[in-house]
Amino acid sequence: MTAMPSEDFEAAYETLAMAIDSAGPEREALFLTRLALVLGHELGDIAVFRKAIRTALEGVAE
Amino acid sequence: MVAACGLVDMRWQSELTGIDARADDVSLGVASPAGDYRLEADYVLAADGARSPVRSQLGLRMKGDNYEGRYVIADIRMDHDFPTERRAFFEPSGNPGGTVLIHKQPDNIWRVDYQLREGEGEEEALREANIRTRVGAILGDISHDKAWELEWWSIYSANTLCLDDYRHGRVFFVGDAAHIVPIFGVRGLNNGLADADNLGWKLAAVLNGEAGESLLDSYSPERRGATLDVFANATKSTRFMTPPTRGWRLAREAALSLSLKHEFPRGLANPRQMQPYTYSQSPLTPYPQRDAGFASGSVCGSASPNARLGDGSFLLDRAGDGMTAILFCDGAPNAEQTALLAQLGKLDRRLVALVVARQGSAPATGAIADADDKIAGLFDAQPDTFYLLRPDLHVAGRWKAIVADEILRTAALCLGKPMP
Repeated sequence: MTAMPSEDFEAAYETLAMAIDSAGPEREALFLTRLALVLGHELGDIAVFRKAIRTALEGVAE
Repeated sequence: MVAACGLVDMRWQSELTGIDARADDVSLGVASPAGDYRLEADYVLAADGARSPVRSQLGLRMKGDNYEGRYVIADIRMDHDFPTERRAFFEPSGNPGGTVLIHKQPDNIWRVDYQLREGEGEEEALREANIRTRVGAILGDISHDKAWELEWWSIYSANTLCLDDYRHGRVFFVGDAAHIVPIFGVRGLNNGLADADNLGWKLAAVLNGEAGESLLDSYSPERRGATLDVFANATKSTRFMTPPTRGWRLAREAALSLSLKHEFPRGLANPRQMQPYTYSQSPLTPYPQRDAGFASGSVCGSASPNARLGDGSFLLDRAGDGMTAILFCDGAPNAEQTALLAQLGKLDRRLVALVVARQGSAPATGAIADADDKIAGLFDAQPDTFYLLRPDLHVAGRWKAIVADEILRTAALCLGKPMP
Protein backbone atom coordinates (compact mmCIF):
# COMPACT_ATOMS: atom_id res chain seq x y z
CA MET A 1 0.00 0.00 0.00
CA THR A 2 1.39 3.41 -0.94
CA ALA A 3 1.14 6.31 1.48
CA MET A 4 -0.85 9.40 0.50
CA PRO A 5 1.15 12.25 -1.15
CA SER A 6 1.88 14.87 1.52
CA GLU A 7 -0.35 17.46 -0.11
CA ASP A 8 -3.33 15.08 -0.05
CA PHE A 9 -2.51 14.01 3.48
CA GLU A 10 -2.60 17.63 4.56
CA ALA A 11 -6.04 17.91 2.99
CA ALA A 12 -7.14 14.75 4.84
CA TYR A 13 -5.93 16.28 8.11
CA GLU A 14 -7.92 19.48 7.50
CA THR A 15 -11.03 17.61 6.41
CA LEU A 16 -10.88 15.47 9.56
CA ALA A 17 -10.44 18.48 11.87
CA MET A 18 -13.43 20.25 10.33
CA ALA A 19 -15.56 17.09 10.44
CA ILE A 20 -14.84 16.60 14.17
CA ASP A 21 -15.95 20.17 14.78
CA SER A 22 -19.12 19.76 12.77
CA ALA A 23 -19.97 16.54 14.67
CA GLY A 24 -19.69 18.53 17.90
CA PRO A 25 -18.38 17.41 21.32
CA GLU A 26 -21.48 15.30 22.09
CA ARG A 27 -21.22 13.26 18.89
CA GLU A 28 -17.50 13.28 18.10
CA ALA A 29 -16.87 9.81 19.55
CA LEU A 30 -19.73 8.40 17.49
CA PHE A 31 -18.48 10.16 14.38
CA LEU A 32 -14.91 8.88 14.84
CA THR A 33 -16.14 5.33 15.46
CA ARG A 34 -18.26 5.45 12.32
CA LEU A 35 -15.27 6.79 10.41
CA ALA A 36 -13.10 3.93 11.66
CA LEU A 37 -15.69 1.32 10.61
CA VAL A 38 -16.08 2.87 7.16
CA LEU A 39 -12.30 3.10 6.65
CA GLY A 40 -11.81 -0.45 7.96
CA HIS A 41 -14.40 -1.74 5.52
CA GLU A 42 -12.85 0.16 2.59
CA LEU A 43 -9.39 -1.04 3.58
CA GLY A 44 -10.48 -4.66 3.23
CA ASP A 45 -7.52 -6.01 5.23
CA ILE A 46 -7.86 -6.94 8.92
CA ALA A 47 -4.07 -7.07 9.46
CA VAL A 48 -3.59 -3.50 8.21
CA PHE A 49 -6.63 -2.38 10.24
CA ARG A 50 -5.23 -3.96 13.41
CA LYS A 51 -1.86 -2.29 12.76
CA ALA A 52 -3.61 1.07 12.36
CA ILE A 53 -5.50 0.52 15.64
CA ARG A 54 -2.23 -0.31 17.42
CA THR A 55 -0.51 2.78 16.01
CA ALA A 56 -3.40 5.06 17.01
CA LEU A 57 -3.76 3.52 20.48
CA GLU A 58 -0.05 3.75 21.29
CA GLY A 59 0.52 6.33 24.02
CA VAL A 60 -3.25 6.85 24.43
CA ALA A 61 -4.32 3.67 26.26
CA GLU A 62 -3.15 3.36 29.86
CA MET B 1 -45.97 -38.05 18.46
CA VAL B 2 -45.09 -39.35 21.88
CA ALA B 3 -48.64 -40.66 22.36
CA ALA B 4 -48.45 -42.48 19.01
CA CYS B 5 -45.20 -44.21 19.94
CA GLY B 6 -45.71 -47.52 21.73
CA LEU B 7 -42.17 -47.40 23.11
CA VAL B 8 -42.83 -44.33 25.26
CA ASP B 9 -44.59 -44.47 28.61
CA MET B 10 -45.52 -40.98 29.79
CA ARG B 11 -45.71 -40.60 33.56
CA TRP B 12 -47.06 -37.25 34.63
CA GLN B 13 -46.96 -35.77 38.12
CA SER B 14 -43.86 -37.77 38.92
CA GLU B 15 -40.94 -36.37 40.80
CA LEU B 16 -37.41 -37.68 40.96
CA THR B 17 -36.57 -38.14 44.64
CA GLY B 18 -33.23 -39.84 44.32
CA ILE B 19 -30.79 -41.29 41.83
CA ASP B 20 -28.29 -44.02 42.43
CA ALA B 21 -25.91 -44.15 39.46
CA ARG B 22 -24.01 -47.41 39.64
CA ALA B 23 -21.45 -49.03 37.33
CA ASP B 24 -23.90 -51.47 35.76
CA ASP B 25 -27.26 -49.71 36.07
CA VAL B 26 -29.11 -46.73 37.49
CA SER B 27 -31.81 -46.80 40.13
CA LEU B 28 -34.24 -43.89 40.36
CA GLY B 29 -36.58 -42.99 43.20
CA VAL B 30 -39.91 -41.67 41.93
CA ALA B 31 -42.70 -40.01 43.93
CA SER B 32 -46.13 -39.91 42.31
CA PRO B 33 -49.77 -39.51 43.38
CA ALA B 34 -50.12 -43.28 42.96
CA GLY B 35 -47.30 -43.87 45.44
CA ASP B 36 -43.53 -43.94 45.59
CA TYR B 37 -41.55 -46.52 43.69
CA ARG B 38 -38.13 -47.30 42.27
CA LEU B 39 -37.34 -47.39 38.59
CA GLU B 40 -34.37 -49.44 37.39
CA ALA B 41 -32.68 -48.40 34.16
CA ASP B 42 -29.72 -49.38 32.02
CA TYR B 43 -29.26 -45.78 30.96
CA VAL B 44 -30.82 -42.46 31.97
CA LEU B 45 -31.07 -39.45 29.67
CA ALA B 46 -31.46 -36.36 31.82
CA ALA B 47 -33.37 -33.92 29.64
CA ASP B 48 -34.81 -32.22 32.69
CA GLY B 49 -33.99 -28.64 31.87
CA ALA B 50 -31.85 -25.77 33.07
CA ARG B 51 -32.49 -26.54 36.74
CA SER B 52 -31.98 -30.29 36.15
CA PRO B 53 -32.78 -32.19 39.38
CA VAL B 54 -30.70 -35.11 38.08
CA ARG B 55 -27.70 -32.82 37.71
CA SER B 56 -28.02 -31.39 41.20
CA GLN B 57 -28.72 -34.77 42.82
CA LEU B 58 -25.52 -36.09 41.25
CA GLY B 59 -23.69 -33.05 42.64
CA LEU B 60 -22.61 -31.80 39.20
CA ARG B 61 -22.23 -28.12 38.40
CA MET B 62 -22.14 -26.22 35.16
CA LYS B 63 -19.32 -23.76 34.52
CA GLY B 64 -19.04 -20.71 32.31
CA ASP B 65 -19.80 -17.03 32.06
CA ASN B 66 -22.60 -14.64 32.89
CA TYR B 67 -23.16 -11.62 30.67
CA GLU B 68 -24.28 -8.07 31.32
CA GLY B 69 -27.92 -7.24 31.02
CA ARG B 70 -31.12 -8.75 32.33
CA TYR B 71 -34.18 -9.22 30.18
CA VAL B 72 -37.82 -9.51 31.05
CA ILE B 73 -39.50 -12.08 28.82
CA ALA B 74 -43.26 -11.69 28.35
CA ASP B 75 -45.64 -13.75 26.24
CA ILE B 76 -48.67 -11.85 25.02
CA ARG B 77 -51.66 -12.76 22.89
CA MET B 78 -52.59 -10.35 20.10
CA ASP B 79 -53.61 -10.12 16.44
CA HIS B 80 -50.77 -8.62 14.47
CA ASP B 81 -49.51 -9.00 10.92
CA PHE B 82 -45.90 -8.43 11.91
CA PRO B 83 -43.52 -10.85 10.12
CA THR B 84 -42.85 -14.23 11.79
CA GLU B 85 -39.10 -13.61 12.04
CA ARG B 86 -37.53 -12.29 15.21
CA ARG B 87 -37.14 -8.52 15.15
CA ALA B 88 -34.67 -6.59 17.28
CA PHE B 89 -35.20 -2.98 18.33
CA PHE B 90 -32.21 -1.13 19.69
CA GLU B 91 -33.06 1.58 22.20
CA PRO B 92 -36.62 2.12 20.94
CA SER B 93 -38.74 4.84 22.55
CA GLY B 94 -40.82 2.14 24.32
CA ASN B 95 -37.71 0.87 26.16
CA PRO B 96 -35.16 3.70 26.25
CA GLY B 97 -31.57 2.57 26.75
CA GLY B 98 -32.30 -1.11 26.13
CA THR B 99 -32.86 -3.71 23.46
CA VAL B 100 -36.26 -5.23 22.60
CA LEU B 101 -36.87 -8.49 20.73
CA ILE B 102 -40.25 -9.48 19.32
CA HIS B 103 -41.13 -12.72 17.61
CA LYS B 104 -44.23 -14.68 16.78
CA GLN B 105 -45.05 -18.05 18.27
CA PRO B 106 -47.94 -20.39 17.47
CA ASP B 107 -51.56 -19.50 18.37
CA ASN B 108 -51.23 -15.71 18.18
CA ILE B 109 -48.73 -15.67 21.00
CA TRP B 110 -45.91 -13.18 20.66
CA ARG B 111 -42.80 -13.22 22.74
CA VAL B 112 -41.50 -9.82 23.82
CA ASP B 113 -38.05 -9.65 25.44
CA TYR B 114 -36.94 -6.33 26.81
CA GLN B 115 -33.67 -5.39 28.44
CA LEU B 116 -33.84 -3.78 31.87
CA ARG B 117 -31.90 -0.63 32.56
CA GLU B 118 -28.88 -0.78 34.81
CA GLY B 119 -29.97 -0.35 38.40
CA GLU B 120 -33.58 -1.44 37.76
CA GLY B 121 -34.60 -3.79 40.55
CA GLU B 122 -35.89 -7.24 39.61
CA GLU B 123 -38.77 -7.21 42.04
CA GLU B 124 -40.01 -3.88 40.74
CA ALA B 125 -39.52 -4.96 37.12
CA LEU B 126 -41.54 -8.14 37.64
CA ARG B 127 -44.63 -6.40 39.09
CA GLU B 128 -47.49 -7.11 36.73
CA ALA B 129 -48.53 -3.47 36.47
CA ASN B 130 -44.99 -2.45 35.47
CA ILE B 131 -44.81 -5.20 32.85
CA ARG B 132 -48.14 -4.08 31.38
CA THR B 133 -46.94 -0.47 31.15
CA ARG B 134 -43.64 -1.41 29.56
CA VAL B 135 -45.11 -3.92 27.07
CA GLY B 136 -47.82 -1.38 26.19
CA ALA B 137 -45.16 1.22 25.35
CA ILE B 138 -43.24 -1.30 23.25
CA LEU B 139 -46.40 -2.28 21.35
CA GLY B 140 -46.91 1.43 20.72
CA ASP B 141 -43.58 1.36 18.86
CA ILE B 142 -44.93 -1.25 16.44
CA SER B 143 -48.24 0.65 16.12
CA HIS B 144 -50.36 -1.96 17.85
CA ASP B 145 -53.34 -0.03 19.23
CA LYS B 146 -55.72 -2.99 19.60
CA ALA B 147 -56.28 -5.28 22.56
CA TRP B 148 -53.66 -7.69 23.89
CA GLU B 149 -53.49 -10.09 26.80
CA LEU B 150 -50.53 -10.80 29.03
CA GLU B 151 -50.07 -14.60 29.25
CA TRP B 152 -46.83 -15.26 31.09
CA TRP B 153 -43.61 -13.55 32.10
CA SER B 154 -40.22 -14.25 33.58
CA ILE B 155 -36.74 -12.76 33.80
CA TYR B 156 -33.34 -13.96 32.64
CA SER B 157 -29.78 -12.88 32.01
CA ALA B 158 -27.54 -14.27 29.28
CA ASN B 159 -25.32 -17.17 30.38
CA THR B 160 -22.98 -19.55 28.65
CA LEU B 161 -22.76 -22.47 31.04
CA CYS B 162 -22.12 -26.16 30.49
CA LEU B 163 -21.04 -29.33 32.23
CA ASP B 164 -17.43 -30.49 31.83
CA ASP B 165 -18.74 -33.88 30.72
CA TYR B 166 -22.23 -34.60 29.33
CA ARG B 167 -21.90 -38.19 30.46
CA HIS B 168 -21.80 -39.35 34.05
CA GLY B 169 -21.45 -43.12 33.85
CA ARG B 170 -24.81 -44.33 32.60
CA VAL B 171 -26.45 -40.92 32.86
CA PHE B 172 -26.37 -38.62 29.84
CA PHE B 173 -27.27 -34.94 29.98
CA VAL B 174 -29.28 -33.57 27.07
CA GLY B 175 -30.31 -30.01 26.19
CA ASP B 176 -30.53 -27.32 28.88
CA ALA B 177 -29.62 -29.89 31.53
CA ALA B 178 -26.15 -30.00 29.91
CA HIS B 179 -25.75 -26.47 28.61
CA ILE B 180 -27.33 -23.03 28.92
CA VAL B 181 -26.94 -20.67 25.97
CA PRO B 182 -28.09 -17.07 25.55
CA ILE B 183 -31.37 -16.75 23.65
CA PHE B 184 -29.91 -14.59 20.90
CA GLY B 185 -29.84 -16.94 17.92
CA VAL B 186 -32.48 -19.57 18.80
CA ARG B 187 -29.94 -22.14 19.83
CA GLY B 188 -31.41 -23.55 23.01
CA LEU B 189 -34.03 -25.94 21.68
CA ASN B 190 -32.13 -26.54 18.44
CA ASN B 191 -29.08 -27.74 20.32
CA GLY B 192 -31.20 -29.91 22.56
CA LEU B 193 -32.63 -31.62 19.49
CA ALA B 194 -29.13 -32.02 18.03
CA ASP B 195 -28.03 -33.64 21.32
CA ALA B 196 -30.95 -36.05 21.11
CA ASP B 197 -30.19 -36.83 17.47
CA ASN B 198 -26.55 -37.52 18.28
CA LEU B 199 -27.23 -39.72 21.29
CA GLY B 200 -30.25 -41.39 19.70
CA TRP B 201 -28.49 -43.38 17.00
CA LYS B 202 -25.62 -44.32 19.27
CA LEU B 203 -27.78 -45.56 22.11
CA ALA B 204 -30.08 -47.41 19.71
CA ALA B 205 -27.10 -49.23 18.18
CA VAL B 206 -25.77 -50.17 21.63
CA LEU B 207 -29.16 -51.32 22.96
CA ASN B 208 -29.71 -53.40 19.82
CA GLY B 209 -26.37 -55.09 20.36
CA GLU B 210 -25.04 -53.71 17.08
CA ALA B 211 -22.44 -51.42 18.59
CA GLY B 212 -20.08 -51.58 21.53
CA GLU B 213 -20.57 -49.36 24.55
CA SER B 214 -17.43 -47.34 23.74
CA LEU B 215 -19.48 -45.64 20.99
CA LEU B 216 -21.30 -43.75 23.77
CA ASP B 217 -18.00 -42.13 24.80
CA SER B 218 -18.21 -39.96 21.67
CA TYR B 219 -21.44 -38.24 22.76
CA SER B 220 -19.88 -35.79 25.20
CA PRO B 221 -16.88 -34.66 23.11
CA GLU B 222 -19.05 -34.24 20.01
CA ARG B 223 -21.91 -32.36 21.61
CA ARG B 224 -19.75 -30.41 24.04
CA GLY B 225 -17.68 -29.30 21.06
CA ALA B 226 -20.90 -28.11 19.43
CA THR B 227 -21.83 -26.25 22.64
CA LEU B 228 -18.50 -24.42 22.75
CA ASP B 229 -18.97 -23.43 19.10
CA VAL B 230 -22.44 -22.12 19.95
CA PHE B 231 -20.97 -20.23 22.91
CA ALA B 232 -18.47 -18.47 20.64
CA ASN B 233 -21.24 -17.35 18.28
CA ALA B 234 -23.72 -16.57 21.03
CA THR B 235 -21.13 -14.45 22.82
CA LYS B 236 -20.79 -12.31 19.69
CA SER B 237 -24.56 -11.95 19.43
CA THR B 238 -24.90 -11.20 23.13
CA ARG B 239 -22.32 -8.43 22.97
CA PHE B 240 -24.24 -6.87 20.13
CA MET B 241 -27.65 -7.22 21.78
CA THR B 242 -26.38 -6.11 25.20
CA PRO B 243 -23.10 -4.19 24.86
CA PRO B 244 -21.16 -4.60 28.13
CA THR B 245 -18.99 -1.44 28.05
CA ARG B 246 -18.85 2.03 26.51
CA GLY B 247 -16.58 0.74 23.74
CA TRP B 248 -19.05 -1.97 22.72
CA ARG B 249 -21.95 0.48 22.98
CA LEU B 250 -20.21 3.07 20.81
CA ALA B 251 -19.16 0.50 18.20
CA ARG B 252 -22.74 -0.80 18.05
CA GLU B 253 -24.22 2.67 17.73
CA ALA B 254 -21.77 3.42 14.93
CA ALA B 255 -22.61 0.16 13.13
CA LEU B 256 -26.38 0.54 13.57
CA SER B 257 -26.48 4.16 12.48
CA LEU B 258 -24.36 3.37 9.39
CA SER B 259 -26.68 0.44 8.61
CA LEU B 260 -29.55 2.82 7.93
CA LYS B 261 -27.90 3.86 4.67
CA HIS B 262 -25.23 1.24 4.02
CA GLU B 263 -25.26 -2.49 3.50
CA PHE B 264 -21.82 -3.42 4.84
CA PRO B 265 -22.40 -3.14 8.64
CA ARG B 266 -25.76 -4.95 8.60
CA GLY B 267 -24.23 -8.40 8.97
CA LEU B 268 -22.99 -7.42 12.45
CA ALA B 269 -26.57 -7.60 13.72
CA ASN B 270 -26.96 -11.11 12.30
CA PRO B 271 -27.81 -13.43 15.20
CA ARG B 272 -25.72 -16.18 13.55
CA GLN B 273 -28.44 -18.75 13.69
CA MET B 274 -27.72 -22.43 14.05
CA GLN B 275 -25.72 -24.27 11.44
CA PRO B 276 -25.10 -28.01 11.56
CA TYR B 277 -21.94 -28.52 13.58
CA THR B 278 -18.87 -30.19 12.10
CA TYR B 279 -17.65 -33.02 14.35
CA SER B 280 -14.05 -32.61 13.19
CA GLN B 281 -12.42 -33.16 16.60
CA SER B 282 -14.45 -36.29 17.24
CA PRO B 283 -13.02 -39.68 18.19
CA LEU B 284 -15.25 -41.01 15.37
CA THR B 285 -13.40 -38.93 12.78
CA PRO B 286 -9.90 -40.48 12.90
CA TYR B 287 -8.55 -39.45 9.48
CA PRO B 288 -9.25 -35.72 9.00
CA GLN B 289 -5.90 -35.41 7.22
CA ARG B 290 -7.54 -37.18 4.24
CA ASP B 291 -9.45 -33.94 3.60
CA ALA B 292 -6.19 -32.60 2.15
CA GLY B 293 -6.79 -34.77 -0.92
CA PHE B 294 -9.96 -32.83 -1.73
CA ALA B 295 -10.33 -29.32 -3.10
CA SER B 296 -14.02 -29.09 -2.07
CA GLY B 297 -16.94 -31.21 -0.84
CA SER B 298 -17.74 -31.72 2.84
CA VAL B 299 -14.91 -32.17 5.32
CA CYS B 300 -14.68 -35.04 7.81
CA GLY B 301 -17.26 -34.60 10.55
CA SER B 302 -19.54 -32.25 8.61
CA ALA B 303 -23.09 -32.96 7.42
CA SER B 304 -22.90 -34.77 4.08
CA PRO B 305 -23.84 -32.93 0.90
CA ASN B 306 -26.93 -34.16 -0.89
CA ALA B 307 -27.68 -34.37 -4.58
CA ARG B 308 -30.93 -34.32 -6.53
CA LEU B 309 -31.07 -37.33 -8.84
CA GLY B 310 -32.52 -37.57 -12.34
CA ASP B 311 -35.88 -38.92 -11.05
CA GLY B 312 -36.34 -36.00 -8.63
CA SER B 313 -35.42 -37.98 -5.51
CA PHE B 314 -32.30 -37.25 -3.48
CA LEU B 315 -29.12 -39.27 -3.06
CA LEU B 316 -29.43 -39.38 0.72
CA ASP B 317 -33.03 -40.66 0.51
CA ARG B 318 -31.26 -43.94 -0.20
CA ALA B 319 -29.04 -43.80 2.87
CA GLY B 320 -29.70 -46.43 5.52
CA ASP B 321 -30.26 -46.26 9.27
CA GLY B 322 -26.80 -47.75 9.79
CA MET B 323 -23.60 -46.64 8.11
CA THR B 324 -23.80 -45.52 4.49
CA ALA B 325 -20.93 -45.99 2.04
CA ILE B 326 -20.76 -43.83 -1.09
CA LEU B 327 -18.41 -45.32 -3.66
CA PHE B 328 -17.61 -43.52 -6.90
CA CYS B 329 -16.51 -45.82 -9.70
CA ASP B 330 -16.36 -46.61 -13.39
CA GLY B 331 -19.61 -48.44 -14.07
CA ALA B 332 -19.21 -51.27 -11.56
CA PRO B 333 -17.04 -51.74 -8.44
CA ASN B 334 -13.77 -53.57 -9.11
CA ALA B 335 -12.66 -56.60 -7.09
CA GLU B 336 -10.92 -54.58 -4.39
CA GLN B 337 -13.91 -52.23 -3.95
CA THR B 338 -16.34 -55.16 -3.85
CA ALA B 339 -14.25 -56.87 -1.17
CA LEU B 340 -14.20 -53.69 0.94
CA LEU B 341 -17.99 -53.30 0.72
CA ALA B 342 -18.40 -56.94 1.78
CA GLN B 343 -16.13 -56.44 4.82
CA LEU B 344 -18.04 -53.30 5.79
CA GLY B 345 -21.29 -55.22 5.46
CA LYS B 346 -19.97 -57.78 7.94
CA LEU B 347 -19.09 -55.02 10.42
CA ASP B 348 -22.48 -53.32 10.12
CA ARG B 349 -25.40 -55.44 9.03
CA ARG B 350 -27.39 -52.27 8.36
CA LEU B 351 -24.74 -50.93 5.95
CA VAL B 352 -26.13 -49.39 2.76
CA ALA B 353 -23.68 -49.03 -0.12
CA LEU B 354 -24.46 -46.36 -2.70
CA VAL B 355 -22.46 -46.93 -5.89
CA VAL B 356 -22.20 -43.87 -8.11
CA ALA B 357 -21.11 -44.63 -11.69
CA ARG B 358 -19.32 -41.84 -13.54
CA GLN B 359 -20.87 -40.31 -16.63
CA GLY B 360 -20.33 -42.37 -19.76
CA SER B 361 -19.74 -45.65 -17.92
CA ALA B 362 -22.26 -48.48 -18.02
CA PRO B 363 -23.68 -48.50 -14.47
CA ALA B 364 -23.90 -51.88 -12.78
CA THR B 365 -27.32 -53.03 -11.51
CA GLY B 366 -28.36 -50.87 -8.57
CA ALA B 367 -25.69 -48.27 -9.27
CA ILE B 368 -26.64 -44.62 -9.60
CA ALA B 369 -25.75 -43.15 -13.01
CA ASP B 370 -24.13 -39.77 -12.43
CA ALA B 371 -25.50 -37.61 -15.25
CA ASP B 372 -23.05 -34.79 -16.05
CA ASP B 373 -20.93 -36.01 -13.10
CA LYS B 374 -23.06 -33.75 -10.91
CA ILE B 375 -22.79 -35.93 -7.79
CA ALA B 376 -19.03 -36.37 -8.30
CA GLY B 377 -18.77 -32.58 -8.50
CA LEU B 378 -20.59 -32.09 -5.17
CA PHE B 379 -18.35 -34.62 -3.45
CA ASP B 380 -15.20 -33.61 -5.38
CA ALA B 381 -14.95 -37.27 -6.33
CA GLN B 382 -13.13 -39.31 -8.99
CA PRO B 383 -13.40 -43.05 -9.59
CA ASP B 384 -12.28 -44.88 -6.39
CA THR B 385 -13.29 -41.95 -4.14
CA PHE B 386 -15.05 -43.18 -1.01
CA TYR B 387 -17.23 -41.41 1.60
CA LEU B 388 -18.28 -43.18 4.77
CA LEU B 389 -21.36 -41.61 6.41
CA ARG B 390 -22.57 -42.18 9.95
CA PRO B 391 -26.22 -42.96 10.63
CA ASP B 392 -26.78 -39.21 11.29
CA LEU B 393 -25.39 -38.55 7.77
CA HIS B 394 -22.29 -36.77 8.97
CA VAL B 395 -19.09 -37.68 7.13
CA ALA B 396 -17.09 -40.16 9.25
CA GLY B 397 -14.30 -40.17 6.70
CA ARG B 398 -13.52 -39.62 3.04
CA TRP B 399 -10.76 -40.89 0.85
CA LYS B 400 -9.90 -39.56 -2.60
CA ALA B 401 -8.77 -43.10 -3.35
CA ILE B 402 -9.65 -46.09 -1.17
CA VAL B 403 -7.42 -46.95 1.80
CA ALA B 404 -9.22 -50.09 2.96
CA ASP B 405 -7.73 -50.46 6.44
CA GLU B 406 -8.47 -46.82 7.32
CA ILE B 407 -12.07 -47.14 6.10
CA LEU B 408 -12.61 -50.33 8.10
CA ARG B 409 -11.06 -48.78 11.20
CA THR B 410 -13.33 -45.73 10.90
CA ALA B 411 -16.43 -47.92 10.51
CA ALA B 412 -15.37 -49.99 13.54
CA LEU B 413 -14.97 -46.83 15.65
CA CYS B 414 -18.44 -45.63 14.60
CA LEU B 415 -19.81 -48.95 15.83
CA GLY B 416 -17.79 -49.02 19.05
CA LYS B 417 -16.21 -52.27 17.90
CA PRO B 418 -12.62 -53.51 18.05
CA MET B 419 -10.63 -53.30 14.84
CA PRO B 420 -11.60 -55.94 12.29
